[in-house]
Formats: sequence, C-alpha cells, structure tokens
Amino acid sequence: MLSALLVMSGVAIVLGAILGYSAIKFRVDGNPLVEKIDAVLPQTQCGQCGFPGCRPYATAIAAGEVEINKCPPGGEEGIQKLAELLGVDAIPFGADTQPRDKSIAYIDESTCIGCTLCIQACPVDAIVGAAKQMHTIIATECTGCELCVAPCPVDCIAMLPIAEKITNWKWRYPAYSMDIAQ
Amino acid sequence: MRTLHKFHGGIHPLSNKSQSTQNRIAQPGLPSRLVIPFQQHAGEAAKPVVLEGDYVLKGQLIGMPEGFISSAIHAPTSGTIAALESQQIAHPSGLPDLCAILLPDGKDEWIKCEKTEYRSNTPEQLRQKLRMAGVVGQGGAAFPSDVKLKLGMHKVKTLILNGAECEPYITCDDILMRERAPEIVQGAEILSFILAAEKVLIGIEDNKPEAIAAMRIAVTDSGNAFEVVVIPTIYPGGGVKQLIKVLTDLEVPSGKLPAEIGIQCFNVATAFSAWRAITHGEPLLSRIVTVTGNVRRAQNFEALIGTPVNELIAQAGELPGSNGYIMGGPMMGMRLPSASVPLVKASNCIIVASEELFPPAPPTQPCIRCTRCTEVCPVNLQPQDLYWFAKAKEFGKAQTFSLFDCIECGACSYVCPSHIPLVQYYRFAKSEIRERTQEKHSADRARERHEFREYRIEREKQEKAEKLAAKERAALAAKESAAKSAEPIRQEVVLQKE
Repeated sequence: MLSALLVMSGVAIVLGAILGYSAIKFRVDGNPLVEKIDAVLPQTQCGQCGFPGCRPYATAIAAGEVEINKCPPGGEEGIQKLAELLGVDAIPFGADTQPRDKSIAYIDESTCIGCTLCIQACPVDAIVGAAKQMHTIIATECTGCELCVAPCPVDCIAMLPIAEKITNWKWRYPAYSMDIAQ
Repeated sequence: MRTLHKFHGGIHPLSNKSQSTQNRIAQPGLPSRLVIPFQQHAGEAAKPVVLEGDYVLKGQLIGMPEGFISSAIHAPTSGTIAALESQQIAHPSGLPDLCAILLPDGKDEWIKCEKTEYRSNTPEQLRQKLRMAGVVGQGGAAFPSDVKLKLGMHKVKTLILNGAECEPYITCDDILMRERAPEIVQGAEILSFILAAEKVLIGIEDNKPEAIAAMRIAVTDSGNAFEVVVIPTIYPGGGVKQLIKVLTDLEVPSGKLPAEIGIQCFNVATAFSAWRAITHGEPLLSRIVTVTGNVRRAQNFEALIGTPVNELIAQAGELPGSNGYIMGGPMMGMRLPSASVPLVKASNCIIVASEELFPPAPPTQPCIRCTRCTEVCPVNLQPQDLYWFAKAKEFGKAQTFSLFDCIECGACSYVCPSHIPLVQYYRFAKSEIRERTQEKHSADRARERHEFREYRIEREKQEKAEKLAAKERAALAAKESAAKSAEPIRQEVVLQKE
C-alpha cells in the first residue's frame, strides 16, 4: 500500500518537474495566432479596418473582437485565407469596405510646398523629402494606403492605378466557348 | 557509340521542315528602319546609352547591361537614332516596351572590332566579352550566356550543344549547322574552354542528316574530341532537360539548374555567336530566322535584330489567305499582336498562318480523364490534375503537383481529345502564383518598414524624454551648485566677523 503510494507520488513529482521545466524553457511569447493572421494580412497599414495598422487588427481578430471582412486591400481572397486559418465561414465585404483597384500615391512635385505632413503620415516611410524641400514617393515601397492624401494642405497627392506593363503583365484565365450539347 | 536513353512521353507532330531547307541562307536587304527593344533577354532590361539624334556605327553599344542577369544591346547597322520610345514588341500581351528606332544610312559602316585569340584570355575576361557583346541563348529563352557560364564555372564536366531543333517548321539551327559547322565547333571550343569542360556532346535529331554530316566533318577537321550524337526525332527532344536525359541518362532535379549536376547546355546558334563575339569581336547583331508557312519561298534569312517582321515576310512572298503570324514554332510560339513588331535575339522562326495550315481548334469539351496528357508529358507531370487545380484556382495544390516543372511544350494540349487549351491554364496559374509571391515579398517588406518606423518613433520619444530629464537634472545640479558656492562666502563673512 505504502510502496504503491510512494511510486505514484514519485512519478507525479517527476512528471510535474518535467512539465514545469518545459513551461519555462519552451515558453511561447505572445499569441502565435496573431503572427499567423498578421502574415495573411496585406500589410498596407492603411487603417481601413478601424485599427492603427495590420498588427492591431490581427490582434483584435485573434481575440475575437472583430469580423474578418474589414480588410479591403486583402480582397475576397484575404477573407478566404482568414476563414481557412481560423476555421470559420467566409463572409462578404460590407457596403462601406469594398475593395478598390490597387494604386500607388503620386506627388505632383511642382505643387508640393515641402510641409512634411505626408512624410509623418506614411506608415512605411515610403516618402522622402525635408522641410521646404520637394517630397517624392518611393514607388516600390508605397503600399497604396492613401494615408498621405488627407494631410496634404495643397492637395498635390493623387492615387494612380498601377498601369499594366510588360513586367507585371499576367496571363489571363482561359476564355473559350465550351460546346457540350452536340 | 553512345547508349541513348529515353525521356517520358513525347509526341510526333508533322515536322514541316523541308519547305524551308530548299535554299541556302538568304541575306535580306537593309530594312527601311530598325526597332531595337532594350529588353531582348531574360533578366533586367539594358539601359539606353544613346540619345535621340545620335549617329551610331554598326556594332556600337546602345544599351548597357544593368544588373547580374542582363545583356548588352547594339546598333545592328550604321545610322541615326530617330527616337527612343515605346513600341509594340513581340510579346503575348501586345503591350509596348522601350525601343530604339534606328534609321539606317545605307553605309553599314562598322565600329572598330577587337579581334582576339581566345586562349590568350582568362575565362573571366571571355565571359565579360560575351556579356558586352550581347550574346544570349538563341534557342528561345534568350538567357544571357555569360550568366550561364558563370553558374557553370568549375562545376560543369559536360558541355552539350543543342542542335536537336525538335519543334515543327523551324529550321534555322539545321541550316546554320549545314552551312557554318566549323564556326559552331570553334564556338563550342571557346565555351568549353571557359567552363573547363571535359567532354563536349553535340546532340542533333536524326531528321537532319546533312547537318549531322557537316558537323561531323567540322569536328574531325578541328581535331577536337567532340562527339556528334544522333538522337531520335521526338518532340520535345530539344528541351534542355529532355536532351540531357537522352544523352546522359541524368535527370535535372526539380527546381535545379543543369549546372548543378555538372552539365551546361547551349544552342548551336549561341555557340556560333560566341565565336563571332570572341574571335572577331563582333557583337550579336543578326541571327538566322526561318520564314515559313503561307509564303511563296519559305527560307532562312540572316536578318538584323530589329528588322520589322513584315519586311522579312514580304521578301519571302506572303500568299493570300493568311490570317496571322506566329513567332517561334507552332507548339510553343506566340501569335504576334501585329506583323510590324521587330525581330529579337530569341526569334528563331516566323510562321505565316492560314486557315488551311492551322485550322481553328474544334470547340472545347469537358475533360474525360483519359490521361493521354499524362502519357505524353515529357516531365512526368499529371497534366489533368494541374488542369483541375488551375481551373479551380487552387494554386497551392498546383504548386505541390510541380506546376513550375512544366516546360509549356504543349504536348498535352496536342493530344487532348477534348481540345482543352491546357497550357493556357498552366501559364495563367504560373503568373498568378508569381504575382502572389511578389505580393507576399512586398507585404513582408512593408511590415518590416512599418515596425522599424514604430520603433524609431518610440526611440525618438525616449530620447526626447531622456534629453528633457537630463536638462532638468542639469538645471537642478546648477541650482544646487549655485547654492553651495553661495554658502562658503557666507562662512567667510562669518569668519571675518570672528
């Protein structure tokens, strides 16, 4: 009787020690789900979801505080991916969050007065310039978030849709007539 | 006698090659104008180094290579650069790209060319020369040859010269081997010198007996131990990985380059231009192109790069009833957006299409899962599965089924009893996947930049706070020291009083 008790409690102590050690040693900081959701989001940092950036939105989704259809730049495909990741049903966009064509900001450099307001607004540091000097967009880094458009006091920033060129041209989905009834 | 091997699948379409091999290589007259795209090769476009109105000599550099995978562009004849502007080029999109418009002055005056003996150069010097001479692969992909050599240096034991030319209608390599075999062999000598290759194999399909004979004589005359290997005619036996399999029984692993298994492959026309570039110092200004199909005299021309396609077709005599133009072969080529697009370094063939030669495809019917496509696929893929995935836009699955190993040879579409344009689906899926990879990459970069910006703002805030705190501390210390320095004076006063 006593030996059985001793053996069982001995086993319990050893296993408990292992578990306790691994809880400290292999501790995961933060919520790994947030990372996974953040990886799916398009990283435009545009705030159209109502959160100040993609990561806060990912955190809110992980906490179950918000729907998964608040990210227009991610498109329908983004919703699909989130739904797959979270094991929930995909839902369509709301009327106020319809996705638009991808575009990037363009500064009319002759109108720019060099106020640096857009530089401060850009979430990805994609605008170069200095006070009272002309500003310009680094086109390859611009995410098209439109956050720079509103602060501009002289309205010299326009969002231009990305033109189709040889370098970004894609093959189309094959379109042909299917003749079934013969 | 070398033991040959077989690759999986393959088809035997009608070759239609004899039409264009009746005559010798013809020299077309100087075209009225040349349109020279700055992007004629895989990789980065060349950077223009001439201005509008400049007078250029034949062989003068007009586009400087930019980046590791790039190649130079030269003026194919002497004349004036009339414009640097966007022009429609030979691309399936029909979109324009930056080109130089050259108006020939008719003198065809050469720039000074530096002739060299290749043995007196180091492999690295030769490689640089090929880059600046704009030598790119002329089998169709136009990959810069110097990059292929760089990747293959110290690794490649076997150099393969590709003279298979498996696609119907095309005969430019055949005619080149018949007429200029010694030069090709010397080009192979240079390439094998750069690579320090131990073995050189020249693979030619058995439907080109004249070319095989000419190449054998040239090899014997040169005294080299190169081996001319006759391979069976089967499409796509001229695909790099297929040719390697046939000649060496080695398979290039998925996603790897031939250089990684010790083999490098060059087209015979590339060897020819490498020889011209090194021995004569002449950059790649012209190429042999087959003009065939619905024309009076199908033949091969040695045409300048930039020649408008319609000027070549006019010299071959277009027959009535043509309904389009194909650049490349009927299996892998593309319908041209217009006949005025220029010839580029990769253009091996121009086919004038007619309804008689290429009857419109019968209506597409549903896939019946007959797996005939699987039987002919030279890469051992499952074309019908890839089709389902591409059609349903399940790109992840298509990728796990090795979509990117597909060489787009069109054998599957050729045998499909339901006439499904399979390759179009694969191309669509490939470009969608490429775009997504690109987007993922830029999203990752945006995240990094955003996080760094937040870190920077936080740091600046902290620095400001620290500065403020330091200022306050300094002010406090100053007050204290002022108070302290005031005290001894008072003491002194007290002392004096005592």
